[in-house]
Amino acid sequence: MEEILIHTKDLCYSYEENDHKSPVLRGVSLDIRKGEYVAILGHNGSGKSTFAKLLNGILEPASGELTVAGIDLAAPELSDEDIFQLRRQVGMVFQNPDNQLVATIVEDDVAFGPENLGVPPAEIRSRVDEALATVGMSEYARHEPHRLSGGQKQRVAIAGLIAMRPSCMIFDESTAMLDPSGRREVIETFEKLNREQGITVLTITHYMNEAARADRVIVIDDGRVLADGTPHEIFADPGRLIVAGLDVPQCTSLIHALRGEGIALAGEPISPEECADLICRALEEKKNGNALA
Amino acid sequence: MKNIALGQYYPAESPIHRLDARIKVILAILYIVCTFLCKSALGFAVLAFSAILLILLSRVPIRTVFRAIRPLLFIMIFTAAFNLFLTKGDTAPLWAWQVTEKWTVQIFEAGIYSAVFMVVRIVVLILGTSIFLTYTTTPIALTDAIESLLSPLRVIHLPVHEFAMMMSIALRFIPTLMEETGKIMNAQKARGVDFSHGSLVKRAKALVPILIPLFVSSFRRADELATAMECRCYRGGKGRTKMRVPHLRFADFAAVVLMAGFGTGLVLLNYYGIGYRM
Repeated sequence: MEEILIHTKDLCYSYEENDHKSPVLRGVSLDIRKGEYVAILGHNGSGKSTFAKLLNGILEPASGELTVAGIDLAAPELSDEDIFQLRRQVGMVFQNPDNQLVATIVEDDVAFGPENLGVPPAEIRSRVDEALATVGMSEYARHEPHRLSGGQKQRVAIAGLIAMRPSCMIFDESTAMLDPSGRREVIETFEKLNREQGITVLTITHYMNEAARADRVIVIDDGRVLADGTPHEIFADPGRLIVAGLDVPQCTSLIHALRGEGIALAGEPISPEECADLICRALEEKKNGNALA
Repeated sequence: MKNIALGQYYPAESPIHRLDARIKVILAILYIVCTFLCKSALGFAVLAFSAILLILLSRVPIRTVFRAIRPLLFIMIFTAAFNLFLTKGDTAPLWAWQVTEKWTVQIFEAGIYSAVFMVVRIVVLILGTSIFLTYTTTPIALTDAIESLLSPLRVIHLPVHEFAMMMSIALRFIPTLMEETGKIMNAQKARGVDFSHGSLVKRAKALVPILIPLFVSSFRRADELATAMECRCYRGGKGRTKMRVPHLRFADFAAVVLMAGFGTGLVLLNYYGIGYRM
């Protein structure tokens, strides 16, 4: 069993507005281990973004247990130093690519994090070059961020985190404002980080196809964990997703529609490739069956 | 909109480009002092020559450099005219025109000199500062240089680092906000707002529906940026290092010595008094 990075138990949070409390999280209990690739799925207002903000110390939990990277965030005596230590472990990429880049030159922006950590200049230089190479943006090192595309900006933001050497990265709807190709660039980048560097990746999204690529999917609805399992387990039950106000991946709904028409299909495909394979196999079998008869 | 250049930095490889930005700020200040040390025709000739030498040394095309002067053309003409007509010399006027009984327009030799000197001084002033500060130094290097040069003021609790950070964030967001202004303008145009017709007051009023959304979004941006910066462990200048550590080279010291020598030379020329003296 690998080390647990994030532990929550009965985690609650409510926004306060004019003495009126509106609960957003109503008791979330889950554990995320080091090196996992987890998608957190939920529709607007389900509390998934709030959950992410709690993990990074942007918000403070109202009640329950919350331990991230060995730091007890529910502790009443939490200091600024604790938050600082937490944030060097857990990085976060936000939704709007423009509002998280600080510097006028790409490499200076990547250097911003390590500079804040007080890393020696020569090491910052090597970390920046390495981080930019990892996200495939080395040739843009001297560019101005406003000349880059949305996907490229998000990759620079990811490089800025890599240079801080975190053990976990949270992507808070980081692909929501991007076009399909930008979205693919970002997803491929963090999947590579998860695979090759063992960085724990938490992606918060409402895109089914994005969630289907993760190793584990957690569905949050109305401030509670509705489902938690592998994508195959989660998408096998489309009814549950629809209750949570979510869509199912297109291929899942296609298979279910075909089954509804009385066509026998075994398995729960979640990617277009798997789906195509399944249908091909079914057609093949049918052809063979007809030939025999 | 994507092509807006930040500042007027002209990328090239030249001895001036390679100088340390802090040294260039000091050189620019020294050069401004030099322009005011000139008192004789020879001095101004030397000064004008030095400006041309600087341009050649910086490898910035002359045409680009002179673009910096155009916005100030009016002020230059105005200053020249003032000096030409209002300077009274000891010698007889070269030209006079009796407009009314009590008012004569006269031009003296001193007036011509003083007008020419004034124009040369303004031109050299602008050329010198723009060569050192805008054309050969990136805005970010300039911000860092100002932070470094002002750092002694931290002793009297001036937030020097915060000031430099604000400057660099402002530079970062100029293109973003310009792009956004364009978008909002188009959105309002699509709803029938007319920006180009009507009286000045009417046109100014038409800007309100641009400025309000721009302000609102700027505040939202500022809020998000602050969160993002905090998440990247930013906590002010405390305990912070820098990726770029500027190193002073021999050329930097030589440049300052050269500039100081140039100033001294200009002062000496005043004593020799070759040519007309102010």
